[in-house]
Amino acid sequence: MQKLLETLLIGVSTGSIYALMSLALVLVWRSTRVVNFAQAGQAMLSTYIGFEIASRTEIFWLGLAGAITAGALLGAGVDFFFMRVLFKRAVSGPAAVVAPVIATLGLLGLIRSIVGLIWGGEFKSIEAPASKDGFTIGQTTIPFSALNLLIIATVSLILITLAIIFQRTNLGLSLRASAYAPEIAQLAGIKTAQTRTIGWAIAGGVGGVAGMLVTSYNFLSPYSLDLLLVFGFIAAVIGGLESMVGSVIGALTLGIGLTFILNYIGTSLVFIGGFAVLIVVLLLKPDGIMARGKVRRA
Amino acid sequence: MELWLEARCAVRKKIAFFILLGWLLLFIGDRIDELRVYQGAQIAMYTIALASIVLLTGYSGQISLGNGAMMAVGGYAAALTLNKLESPVWFAFLMAVFFSALFGALLGTAAARLSGPYLAGTTLALAVGLPEIANQFAFLGGVPGILFDVGFPPARFGEEFTQYKWFFWIATFLALLSLFITSNILQSRFGRTWSAIRSNPLAAELSGIHSSRMKILAFTISSALAGLAGAVLAMTISLVAPGAYTLTLSFALVTGAVLAGVSSLPGVLLGALILVAIPEIADVLANSWGGGENFSNYLPGLIVSLLLILSVIFTPNGPGENLRRHHHKKASEH
Amino acid sequence: MSGLQVSALCVSHGAIAALRAVSFSVEVGQLAAVIGSNGAGKTTLLRALSGLNKATSGSAQWSECEMLGARPDALVRRGISHVSEGKSVIPELSVKENLVLGGIWRNNKNDTNAAIAEVVELFPILGQRMSHSADTLSGGERQMLAIGRALVSRPKLLLLDEPSLGLAPLVIEQIFSTIDQLRRKLGLTVVLVEQNAMSALEIADIGIIINLGEVVASGKASELLDDPALRAAYLGY
Repeated sequence: MQKLLETLLIGVSTGSIYALMSLALVLVWRSTRVVNFAQAGQAMLSTYIGFEIASRTEIFWLGLAGAITAGALLGAGVDFFFMRVLFKRAVSGPAAVVAPVIATLGLLGLIRSIVGLIWGGEFKSIEAPASKDGFTIGQTTIPFSALNLLIIATVSLILITLAIIFQRTNLGLSLRASAYAPEIAQLAGIKTAQTRTIGWAIAGGVGGVAGMLVTSYNFLSPYSLDLLLVFGFIAAVIGGLESMVGSVIGALTLGIGLTFILNYIGTSLVFIGGFAVLIVVLLLKPDGIMARGKVRRA
Repeated sequence: MELWLEARCAVRKKIAFFILLGWLLLFIGDRIDELRVYQGAQIAMYTIALASIVLLTGYSGQISLGNGAMMAVGGYAAALTLNKLESPVWFAFLMAVFFSALFGALLGTAAARLSGPYLAGTTLALAVGLPEIANQFAFLGGVPGILFDVGFPPARFGEEFTQYKWFFWIATFLALLSLFITSNILQSRFGRTWSAIRSNPLAAELSGIHSSRMKILAFTISSALAGLAGAVLAMTISLVAPGAYTLTLSFALVTGAVLAGVSSLPGVLLGALILVAIPEIADVLANSWGGGENFSNYLPGLIVSLLLILSVIFTPNGPGENLRRHHHKKASEH
Repeated sequence: MSGLQVSALCVSHGAIAALRAVSFSVEVGQLAAVIGSNGAGKTTLLRALSGLNKATSGSAQWSECEMLGARPDALVRRGISHVSEGKSVIPELSVKENLVLGGIWRNNKNDTNAAIAEVVELFPILGQRMSHSADTLSGGERQMLAIGRALVSRPKLLLLDEPSLGLAPLVIEQIFSTIDQLRRKLGLTVVLVEQNAMSALEIADIGIIINLGEVVASGKASELLDDPALRAAYLGY
């Protein structure tokens, strides 16, 4: 029973970070119909900037704030300078299937190389804002630590903030309308291009938080966020790229599922476990868990 | 009757072309130094691997970020066959093709209903997850991997015939064979059907094309090619290990294919050349600019990524498309 | 001259000319019915006027200000609202959210709420379904919502693309009579694109008949209705 509880708690903690990444991916997918692999690169760069701030000031939260700001600026920048250029040159022919994906892959590689050139490949670490030791209840120590709790709290706070923004503000309404029906939104007087850039900025900021949280219990290197990208993406796909709630559910499912595999079966099959979860979900529901009848396609 | 004769003639011409090309390559191979010969083998390997992408993505329109994993299946199948069954080398390569085709069929069946980002995500997960399996199971050799030794070149080739040259001969032969077979498949009704499915899936279905079956077939053949490439890769490094089939490899394959034109089979030669040349160019640049270790580690990636971005923006369908457009413009001006 | 002046408007989709030298004018407060069969170019006309499509050449002026080349959101701020064909309602949003959408650009909550209240007065059914998702509305109700959303931006020029599409005859009658009433009440200038030529011409002041991208006839709506040759050719009886 205790093991079950532990597994669940750790799963939620892990899954909540994936949730941030998958949320960012879904945000961008909905507004631009592009899977932005460069999201990981943006998160990485934002995290490195956050790392610099955190190591100099020795305050994790300042570093986090820095990562969010950097992420938002990066996200807006990528949309403005990169995506708009890409869409102006509308692609036809065989490459149309892959062009946008490949372009963002290229951007990921570019950012990663630049980060490597500037900071090098050695592992860096950020002082965690909370203890990594498991809580002690009575005689036993569970693997769930204060840091895990902090992560869940931070992610929850962000999700609630985003939910409020999206559901209760005019900005959120513009974002949703621009994503669902860009032409109707334009005809209603909304500057959809601007709105989209704001959406990308939000996604970028969220990605920065994800990167910082991952790094708080891991090492930072130009490759350290690849896992986050892969699992965030899988989580988004499981949730069915269309819904932000779905991406969170998908991420939690994945986090809990993977932790179960980790604890009950054996360590190194984590990735294959992720693949297994993904395949099972997609076989049952090719458009993801939250897909309803009429789903938008690419 | 005439059409059939014409087709026979075209095939014969093609065979002649490939044989000629083969002789030419062997001739060149005799004249250049060892490093280039080895790189020649690598180019041949990438040619086969890129052909798998052209078929899968350029023709049947299914995006895969996991062909590196398919290469791994082929590599491991070849190595295990060679070592455990002590079979001849050619049989090992055959098993590589067989098992990766099988794997591809399975994957294709699971993936047939997926498209776009869902397919990309699934293949991405595979690319990351598959090498991991090798770490887990002892008979797969774990992290250090398994040796794959194709043995010395036959004695009758003489003393001068080096190991690398042997690699080069085998790889080139297999590459030419694969290109020949693939080009025939792509020019047949299979190729046309795939193009139809890619450009207008609904119309294809309505025309009676069984999309799922064709898509699965594409996955199967593409994986067979990738598996062969994986075995060739193993041959050139004499080893099969998870570290040889990383996500980076899968990305590099897609990159190479897009750079040279994702639906152009002749383009795979250009793509393979680029993939092999870049690390070297980067090395040269890094040394001449005298940067530190960072520089040489990350410069190749920078160049490749930049090239990729530029090519997607300016020549998304490969340089061939721009050349054709240029010709059209010139023609219409007259 | 104020009002809508369209001169020699040409729109091409690649090599195909969708609209050829279309010219007409609509005075302030008039309702112009643009009639034609499917594919005649009527939708392209509205899309060019509202900035969704780019015009190849020609000009369109509203209140003596050039419209062509402006972005759709800029035109909304100038008092031009386009209710596009088919789905002009966002089904994933609630009725209220669809209405609020029309007023976001103004950045004035009170103004928008007042405008929404006016729209609800016009279409009481919307008031009853404010918090419901827009996809629970019937076809006719959706059309009302679409028009209502356009009205929230307090336009002076209203472009309507086939409001009767897919609606039952009884509902079509209601819609048309509502359009007529509200344009008189609010002093709107309306360009109404329709396949349902009869009903459209009956509430219109002027009619413009388009065929294959060109204007083939125009004039007072009543005269067009009375002309037997035109009736036979374009109105089918």
